[in-house]
Amino acid sequence: MKWIFALLLIGIGFSVRADQVYMTPTEFLNQTFGETVPAASVLWLNKAHQEKAETLLGHRAPGLRVRYWQQGDRVAWIFDETGKEYPITMGFVISEQTIESVAILIYRETRGGEVRHSYFTGQFVGAKLNESERLSKTIDGISGATLSVNAVEAVARWALYLQTQIQ
Amino acid sequence: MKPFHYVAAVLAAGTAMAAQADTSADIEALKQQIAEQQAQLDALTESLESGSSNLPAWIADTSFGGYAELHYNNLDSESSEKDKVQMDLHRFVLFFGHRFTDSVRFFSEFEIEHTVAGEGKNGEVEVEQAFIEWDYAQHHSAKAGVFLVPVGILNETHEPDTFYGVERNNVEKNIIPTTWWEGGVMGSGEIAQGFRYDLAVSSGLDLSNGKYKIRDGRQKASEADATDLAYTGRVTYNGIAGLSVGLSLIYQSDLLQGEVVSGVEDLDAQLAEVHVDWQQGAVGVRALYATWEINDDIDQLSSGASEQSGWYVEPSYKVTPKLGVFARYSQWDNQAGDSADSEYEQMDAGINYWLVDTVALKADVQKTNEPNNTVKGFNLGIGWSF
Repeated sequence: MKWIFALLLIGIGFSVRADQVYMTPTEFLNQTFGETVPAASVLWLNKAHQEKAETLLGHRAPGLRVRYWQQGDRVAWIFDETGKEYPITMGFVISEQTIESVAILIYRETRGGEVRHSYFTGQFVGAKLNESERLSKTIDGISGATLSVNAVEAVARWALYLQTQIQ
Repeated sequence: MKPFHYVAAVLAAGTAMAAQADTSADIEALKQQIAEQQAQLDALTESLESGSSNLPAWIADTSFGGYAELHYNNLDSESSEKDKVQMDLHRFVLFFGHRFTDSVRFFSEFEIEHTVAGEGKNGEVEVEQAFIEWDYAQHHSAKAGVFLVPVGILNETHEPDTFYGVERNNVEKNIIPTTWWEGGVMGSGEIAQGFRYDLAVSSGLDLSNGKYKIRDGRQKASEADATDLAYTGRVTYNGIAGLSVGLSLIYQSDLLQGEVVSGVEDLDAQLAEVHVDWQQGAVGVRALYATWEINDDIDQLSSGASEQSGWYVEPSYKVTPKLGVFARYSQWDNQAGDSADSEYEQMDAGINYWLVDTVALKADVQKTNEPNNTVKGFNLGIGWSF
């Protein structure tokens, strides 16, 4: 019994590279805009933005500005948000105040990496920010990944709000 | 043209040319100055955003968090010595973590239970987690240190804002037994979309103290007798949004850690646990079944202890995103291996109100049918994590 467990522990998956980068930010932007990625624009965060961040994210937004990439009505946003311990890097594409796609780019938490799967991120497609500043669609969570799920939902609301500030 | 006019025209043209040359030079100088100031502004902004202006670099890779829960229990028992009316800061927990590289990190959980610990005090100071985790391959990682045993719904995820009820359910507490942590090594990963595995070799339970309840065997990685190790395997399916199904198997070849107790030795044991956690829109259901099969020789120490099992089902409904209601039916028995009545049955119903996503106010009522006793009452609580 002991040897079976030891062999299983040692043997699984050594042939593959080590990290949890599912897509680099550059790959995300290329996937979104093709070869012609627009230059990054900057939204400087003022007091009103930060007050809204405390409501939507539960804390002030890090940094002084947020970068975004805009081509016509489509805007790509990239954020870092911590679920429990370490930041999750996630990308959002929003057009006409509606989420077009969500992608988990880099996952650094100990548990909850299932949030990267399309069966979870796909739920955000078509979501808007309603009058009570919640998502217009119900997002079903993932057991054992509650904090990561909450982080993605919070940033989805924040991204939709920021979109109203640039259009 | 008069000579005066000629001279004046030449002077004016010369002055204009000189002025034009000066203006061009000034514009270039201004452009240069603006570019330099923009570079300084960018550098200053980057510095402020990264925090590098004031804080050492390692802080950016160090995380800090925690959770806590305060309970008020008001329980009335038929046998009055079991009445319970008390206020308790049941748990105060701090997390510390550090990321050495993108693939190597440390995580710890430091807990104080019941506020005051020490000789003759109610509380305990515990290190429930302290491990190094290494992502050795895409979607696969290994842990070494003290970690939570991968079994059940609450054992690994038990921040108070993530579950219903003031107190954790008694099935996971008394049968699994949550919160259960051990020292050892564990491999985890994802083998297909939604399918995860965990395999662990760790220190195990120790019932050589002569007690029989599985919960009494926790050694808490505190000078734990490692004569006989425990082997844990779990598979989890999370491949549909809102659904999680888990199956854990644990084997230990001797719960007595090589000791002989009242002539009893070599108590091999295995735990089988299965659970479902399903949430679809506002409706949710959690259900869990767990059973320990222990060598029948333990019945010589305590009748019926060779089987310890329990189950619960917990439907819930989110009335609004902030308000949820639940009900729970539980049964558990730490002496199910004989015909004597040793079963516990509990019914709970209550509400959670989330002030924000990670701060929950809780209230519930409970009725527990114990062997030869009944306990009724209510519980209030507040729990939060950050």
